[in-house]
Amino acid sequence: MAKTEQVAEAGGNVLEVSGVTLRFGGLTSLNDVSLSMGRGEILAIIGPNGAGKTSFFNSVTGAYLPQEGTIGFLPRAGGRHELRGCKPYLVSRHGVSRTFQNIRLFGALTALENVKIAVETRQKTDAVSIMLGLPHARRAERESDRRAHEVLAFVGLEGRLNELASSLSYGEQRRLEIARALATGPELLLLDEPAAGTNPTEKRDLEDLIRRINADLGVSVLLIEHDMKLVMSVADRVVVLNFGKKIAEGTPGEVQRDPAVIEAYLGASAEEDAAAVADVVAGQAASGAAEGEVKGA
Amino acid sequence: MSTVRDSKGRERVPSAASLRRVRWYQEARWKRLVALLVLAVVGAQVTGVQGTSTDIFYALGENFTGTGIWIWLALCVGVWVIREFLSEPVNRGWVASRDRVSQPVARVRGVWQADPRLRYGGGALLLVVLILLPLWLSTYWQQVMVDQIAIFVLLAIGLNVVIGWAGMLDLGFVAFFAIGAYSAAFWTGSLPVEPPVVLNTFLVIPIAIVTCLLAGVLLGAPTLRLRGDYLAIVTLGFHEIVYLAARNWTDFTGGSRGARMSERFVIDLGFWRFEWGLDPKPYYWLLLGFIVVIIFLFLRLEHSRVGRAWTAIREDEVAAASTGVNTVRMKLLAFAIGASTSGVAGVVYASKVAFISPENFVLLLSILVLAYVIFGGMGSIPGVLAGAALLIWLPEYLRDSVDPQDRFMYLGALLVVMMIYRPQGLLPSKRRQRELRLAEEKA
Repeated sequence: MAKTEQVAEAGGNVLEVSGVTLRFGGLTSLNDVSLSMGRGEILAIIGPNGAGKTSFFNSVTGAYLPQEGTIGFLPRAGGRHELRGCKPYLVSRHGVSRTFQNIRLFGALTALENVKIAVETRQKTDAVSIMLGLPHARRAERESDRRAHEVLAFVGLEGRLNELASSLSYGEQRRLEIARALATGPELLLLDEPAAGTNPTEKRDLEDLIRRINADLGVSVLLIEHDMKLVMSVADRVVVLNFGKKIAEGTPGEVQRDPAVIEAYLGASAEEDAAAVADVVAGQAASGAAEGEVKGA
Repeated sequence: MSTVRDSKGRERVPSAASLRRVRWYQEARWKRLVALLVLAVVGAQVTGVQGTSTDIFYALGENFTGTGIWIWLALCVGVWVIREFLSEPVNRGWVASRDRVSQPVARVRGVWQADPRLRYGGGALLLVVLILLPLWLSTYWQQVMVDQIAIFVLLAIGLNVVIGWAGMLDLGFVAFFAIGAYSAAFWTGSLPVEPPVVLNTFLVIPIAIVTCLLAGVLLGAPTLRLRGDYLAIVTLGFHEIVYLAARNWTDFTGGSRGARMSERFVIDLGFWRFEWGLDPKPYYWLLLGFIVVIIFLFLRLEHSRVGRAWTAIREDEVAAASTGVNTVRMKLLAFAIGASTSGVAGVVYASKVAFISPENFVLLLSILVLAYVIFGGMGSIPGVLAGAALLIWLPEYLRDSVDPQDRFMYLGALLVVMMIYRPQGLLPSKRRQRELRLAEEKA
């Protein structure tokens, strides 16, 4: 926890989660999870499948309502917003954006329109002035166009503005989703497995993009990722979840050496695991030999 | 498993297809012939002499011995022969002629899209034709143009906002039409209750818009969290409430005896006075004016922040909400805009027909308006206009050529065929078409 306090002193926290518990009937998806995230930090959440990572994201963004705990978001301007039970669109308005594990773009709209929708959620033009074509409505439209171009250029999609979102490549769709999340001007960005299904080149670009989002735009990034190489290189700190519980927290190096983490990933203690592997190998060898005999006969 | 020897004498396991013995009459080709023969018989029956309720076999006998059935059989067998045996040359000819036509068509389309002046010119020309249209029509068709086509086009444009753009299934749309009509009746002093002031019908329009807006919000606010089918049922219930209130709240609405409108549209400038009377033409022009203005306003909306937010909600509500779109508010807006359009139609309708009763606002009308929107192409204003006009014109046109009681059967058949072969509608919107294609790719 020493590191957390350090960050807190430097720029204050952006997210403070304490004692969040989320149950679905008898299943406890998140069990008393607490963590705090410093402003300007890149924090990765890792854990085996079903550990509750996406549930945690959904709790923060208002899609799920945890039964217990508090989730505080502290914007730069001061004050504190309680995100537990907050409506998803209000979470976004407070300054928390997200992407989805299975890309959820508006497929029948162009890349530009996808981003414009996000920009325009911050505008106030009403339907009547749009229908009458009043000057301020036209100005807002131009402004949203300009801002959307800007964001798309930032993620490197300036050449595909008028392509349909569904016709973009997988890596481009990931980047478009990030652009849509950035277009609302968030202070905290939640990325749910942004590298899933991308190729090595796209992964390098993504790594670079996450760094630029963090450094150039000053956005704190909370990241769920399975690709350990990416996590280790990009994250300042890592939180490990297993069965809905936080089992470790620290720098990437610390977490990698943590016995609890190794156990969670390999399923049993390392020694037992080695023995099990040996058993399996021996078994395979035996059956292979048996097959060989049959063939020989 | 039994085994079969192939030509080289090796044993092999028979495939499922070879095990399934297909008799000659089970081949697709002969099945199609049977289907076409059935079509011929039905066609002969439908287009031939119509039966009476006392002797249904009279028509059967007449139709099976007359010349009609032979014409139908020749037609259907001819189609079958061309389809089965001459498909190759026909296809080749079709492709060749299409290639020859497609290039000039693409060129014309390019010019059309490149120059906005051409499009405005085309729109203006169409408008002039529409303005002059009733002068060439008989009084009967003028009445149809006003009472049915123009009114329902207005309703369809309103419903298109709710269904086509915001993607909410609304089965009770005519309830707002009724509210508009009854507000017109109330404020012109035509109901058993006295209004605070008796107003000119023109002044009732903004009041009806606000009333319907409020009714839309009143219905929408508690229910718009529901999705799809559930919302459809709620709107259905809302329609029934409004309908039954109009029927049973006799002290206010006059109940099933209806209400006779005591005022018509009047422009009175002191020195010059014009009253919309029995002649349908002025009503037609009035409605045309409303329709043109509303289309202009709505087209701006479609390609604005509001229209895009509606598309986002329709495609993925969860993603839209987490992007920051206030989904409930946007849906409410769509509901309110649709409702107020319907309210305008209600006022003009009440004034035109001069007599309203609850039976003018039955559920069937909601379903019909829905059919117009879907038939024309959800989300596309030209589509909705064409769909409503065509589907209303058809039964009226058939009035002279078939048994009037059967008219809606043909309408039903047209809808069935259309939904099978062109589910996106007559003139679909680009966004909707893409969505349909994406959904099909996913499935």
